[in-house]
Amino acid sequence: LDFKVFAMASSFSASFKSALLVALCLAANAMAAEHPVSQKNLEFSIKKLSIKVGDSVIFSNQDSVVHNVYSLSNTQTFDLGAILKGKSKSVTFDKAGTVEVECAVHPQMKVTIEVKK
Amino acid sequence: MVSNVSRSMRLVLPGALAFLVQICHAQSPADFQHWRLPASVPHPADNQPSPERTELGKMLFFDTRLSGNGSLSCYSCHMPELGWSDGKAVSIGMNGKPMARNSPTLINGAYNTGPTMWGGQKKSLEDQVSGPVGNPDIMATDIPKLLKTLNETPGYKARFDKAYPGEAIDMSTVAKALANFERTIISRDSKFDQWLDSKAMTAQQLRGLTVFTGKATCSVCHMPPFFTDNGFHNIGMASKDSGRHKVKPLPALQGAFKTPQLRDTAYKAPYMHDGSLKTLMDVVEHYNKGGDTPGVGTVSPLIKPLNLSQTEKEDLVAFLHALSGPLQKMSAPTLP
Repeated sequence: LDFKVFAMASSFSASFKSALLVALCLAANAMAAEHPVSQKNLEFSIKKLSIKVGDSVIFSNQDSVVHNVYSLSNTQTFDLGAILKGKSKSVTFDKAGTVEVECAVHPQMKVTIEVKK
Repeated sequence: MVSNVSRSMRLVLPGALAFLVQICHAQSPADFQHWRLPASVPHPADNQPSPERTELGKMLFFDTRLSGNGSLSCYSCHMPELGWSDGKAVSIGMNGKPMARNSPTLINGAYNTGPTMWGGQKKSLEDQVSGPVGNPDIMATDIPKLLKTLNETPGYKARFDKAYPGEAIDMSTVAKALANFERTIISRDSKFDQWLDSKAMTAQQLRGLTVFTGKATCSVCHMPPFFTDNGFHNIGMASKDSGRHKVKPLPALQGAFKTPQLRDTAYKAPYMHDGSLKTLMDVVEHYNKGGDTPGVGTVSPLIKPLNLSQTEKEDLVAFLHALSGPLQKMSAPTLP
């Protein structure tokens, strides 16, 4: 009987830990913000953006031409590939620092993202 | 009587509707004013225009002493009478060696934003000068020898002193003078530009404009007012040249080249980065079939079969001709 009680308690404890972990993750996700940045007339809608670690930026294309958002910054590298007219793609920033973002197709399009802790 | 009216309506209505459709599709200059080339030509703060700078740049542009063996000048590959290109598929460099790419036009280069040249390997017109000059296969310039010549030639020395007072005669001032001259190479008097001032284009040219902005979607990349998005696209050329990817190693840039501007384009045949298309109709046919299987990389999602009729293709070519102004000619200056 003692063993059964111990096993039940142990199982409850493991379940509780899992639940707690999930809750924490959900809370963290709930706290992470999404920042919309549009691409229109061959420009990003903003030149500078300040976000927190864990936040995402959603890049939407409001031009007829194709855009391709990428970064080769030391803080974070990514390449979202082609973004067609009316479509959007997002990227989550998981490290603090400065990320220089450009359009591969139109190198005159730039936005600087400050990712803070 | 009612029956007669009804019959008349049945006869007249289709024609009236067709007329209305034609009116609705008619292009009006008022709707295209944002296609007008800006009146002021942009210049960098440290290289503002002056007659002295332009004159000096023109001399340097035509001077074969800028090449290692004295056989080539900027003019050799950028001839005004050939749309500021050279009429060849690819340029011929030092000792007759063929280059990798077609000579890009210099027209309206002043309005360029972002990197220049087919692969965007240079940042500005000033920066571009170091490309051919520093390349042993193109001009193979002996730079110390050139600067010695310029410093020791009184006519040049006086002109540099006047154009760039207080600055040394070095490759920086050589590049600035050349870029200053190149910013005077402007085309803004084509039939299309005149149409913006409410003068006539032909019916065929107007239909071509409709195709250009509509079914053929040319204006998506050759956008107003410069007829370029200053972007880099893989348009389905069979060439193995990796293009912009050499500068920025991103997958989308394999085989991508800069969108050329289109004013005076009728004079600069052949076309594309490899000069493989001889006529404007060849260019239209290329896009109409959705390009070729690219030699490298993946073709842009913007490139797809257009299903243009023969009339639409001819209309489009007529419009492209309407983008060309009077042929620019220029006599070589007397060199110091």
